[in-house]
Amino acid sequence: MARVLLKDLNKKFDDTHAVKDVNLEIRDREFVVLVGPSGCGKTTTLRMVAGLEDISSGEIRIDEKVVNDLPPMDRDIAMVFQNYALYPHMSVYDNMAFGLKMRKFGRDEIEKRVRQAADILGIQPLLERRPRQLSGGQRQRVALGRAIVRNPRVFLFDEPLSNLDAKLRVQMRVELKRLHHRLETTAIYVTHDQVEAMTLGDRVVVMKDGLVQQVGEPLELYGRPANRFVASFIGSPAMNFAEVTVTNSGEGLWAEAPGLRIRIPESKADVLRRHTGQKIVLGVRPEALRLANGGDGADYAFASTVEVVEPLGNEILLDVRAGNHPLVARVDPATRVKVHDSVRLALDPERLHFFDAKTEAAI
Amino acid sequence: MIEGAKWKKWLWFYLPMGMFILGLLFPFYWMLVTTLKPDGELYRPWNHPLYSPFWTSAPTLDHVKSLLLETLFGTWMWNTMLIALVATLISLFCGVIAGYALARLRFRWAGLLGTAIFVTYLVPQTLLFIPLAEIIRDYRIGDTPWALILTYPTFLIPFCTWLMMGYFKTIPKELEECARIDGATRWQAMVYIILPVALPGILSAGIFAFTLSWNEFIYALVFLSSPEQKTVPVGVTSELIRGDVFFWGSLMAGALLGSIPVAFVYSFFVEHYVAGMTGSVKG
Repeated sequence: MARVLLKDLNKKFDDTHAVKDVNLEIRDREFVVLVGPSGCGKTTTLRMVAGLEDISSGEIRIDEKVVNDLPPMDRDIAMVFQNYALYPHMSVYDNMAFGLKMRKFGRDEIEKRVRQAADILGIQPLLERRPRQLSGGQRQRVALGRAIVRNPRVFLFDEPLSNLDAKLRVQMRVELKRLHHRLETTAIYVTHDQVEAMTLGDRVVVMKDGLVQQVGEPLELYGRPANRFVASFIGSPAMNFAEVTVTNSGEGLWAEAPGLRIRIPESKADVLRRHTGQKIVLGVRPEALRLANGGDGADYAFASTVEVVEPLGNEILLDVRAGNHPLVARVDPATRVKVHDSVRLALDPERLHFFDAKTEAAI
Repeated sequence: MIEGAKWKKWLWFYLPMGMFILGLLFPFYWMLVTTLKPDGELYRPWNHPLYSPFWTSAPTLDHVKSLLLETLFGTWMWNTMLIALVATLISLFCGVIAGYALARLRFRWAGLLGTAIFVTYLVPQTLLFIPLAEIIRDYRIGDTPWALILTYPTFLIPFCTWLMMGYFKTIPKELEECARIDGATRWQAMVYIILPVALPGILSAGIFAFTLSWNEFIYALVFLSSPEQKTVPVGVTSELIRGDVFFWGSLMAGALLGSIPVAFVYSFFVEHYVAGMTGSVKG
């Protein structure tokens, strides 16, 4: 049970500024996911919390106590690594018992805790084996077990599922979530996979180039991205973007680009009025696009040509071109369209996003 | 395997392999056969009708007997063993610690220091023995085992350091980080996690260091003078070659017996040794 506070956290390596002024409060029992492309500083941030990297400036507190200069062993945290980092010369049992032995727990207590953790993770039959005799998923469980036996104040996860195959990853993801509900330990989880971030996190921190881009609950990031980067990073397939010019026709505002003319909904009209005549970026998610029918007026529909059809079973992804804009639309699986067909697409006016062309911040 | 490709395997694999093995083992066979030959056969000229360089018709243990009874061979073996063991242990200890520091600790000049240590290994012994002789005279340890125990590490430590540095680098650093998060100090993480994992590397370094000191010739020749202080390579060559007379039978017996401990050490650790040379650690 613990609260973790990062204040103006910075990390400079010789010639790179890896983490820039990160401020973050992780509440007690919260599962927070740091997500971003590689090199965005998420792992470095995690390693600073663990005490494996020195802090260039700023402060890290765990439960009010500043831990900046505390060695990893005294922070009462547990970490699960991407390559599992199991001790190859020890049995599974000893791997899990090592942390307790180092902390001078009694033999009986160690035995009890290891058995208990093994029970939770379903690895009792493996306790006498060596790590190299285990499959990837089993190793991952042992690594988790090694973390939970210690009953630490904070769990740190550094891309723990990246080395697993796709199917196992989904399965372990669910298990991790179940485990968190059961243990209710504060957790910080690093990943580059936005699906993992969205499914696991109580809150998600999106990072890029060492800077925090947005912190929020998963659906908040999806529904109201703070900038173009977050909008493109969260959601798959990614949001469609088109550079448009804001025009005023007298009866309303329009977003215009060659081959595209879309009315700007009333809810956005006020803020966009001052961008009249300027270029902005329009964002629309593939799932906010659908094939137009007779009832759709010209305000929110446009013509396009199908370039690629990707049937996925539960849905079809259409790669289309409207004017010179490539767009992806997620349409009903019953849709029958072929490559080179001309289709009219309609969009949901309440699900349009607008971004400043220069700052890329959401408008 | 596909029929008909068999002869190819013989031609390209077994034949070269056989020749290789033959070439490698021949010196040992030559040592053995020379040891067992009576002097009469040994010094037969090549044009004698019974000239048989590759086998003997009357094997004898006379040369071994004369080696063991008439020379100080036992003492030489003991000296060599003692010197090689102690020098190896000292070098291994220093090499493991230095290798660990160079591979793991981030400090200024770490790379430069690593290179500098390697360069000292490149200085030939034939050059180093001259200044070292002065030092040994000044400390009055000439003609004692210490003269070698303290000079062998000059080439063994760089060697062990480099070998260990390479090995430590193959061990994922997460292992150690995990141990430190688990509650171990850096020192404990090294003792409980890194050293056991690095055991194959440590054994290879040890075997190599032991062999190098066992076979070392020039320092032993220069720094030791009395027969009862000598090591096997120097003792055998200096006591069994008198002027231009080579006691080939006893010389070869000495070489053969002298190589047994090394062969023994190799075969004992061969599995670890091979792992240390070729393998790394997989988490």
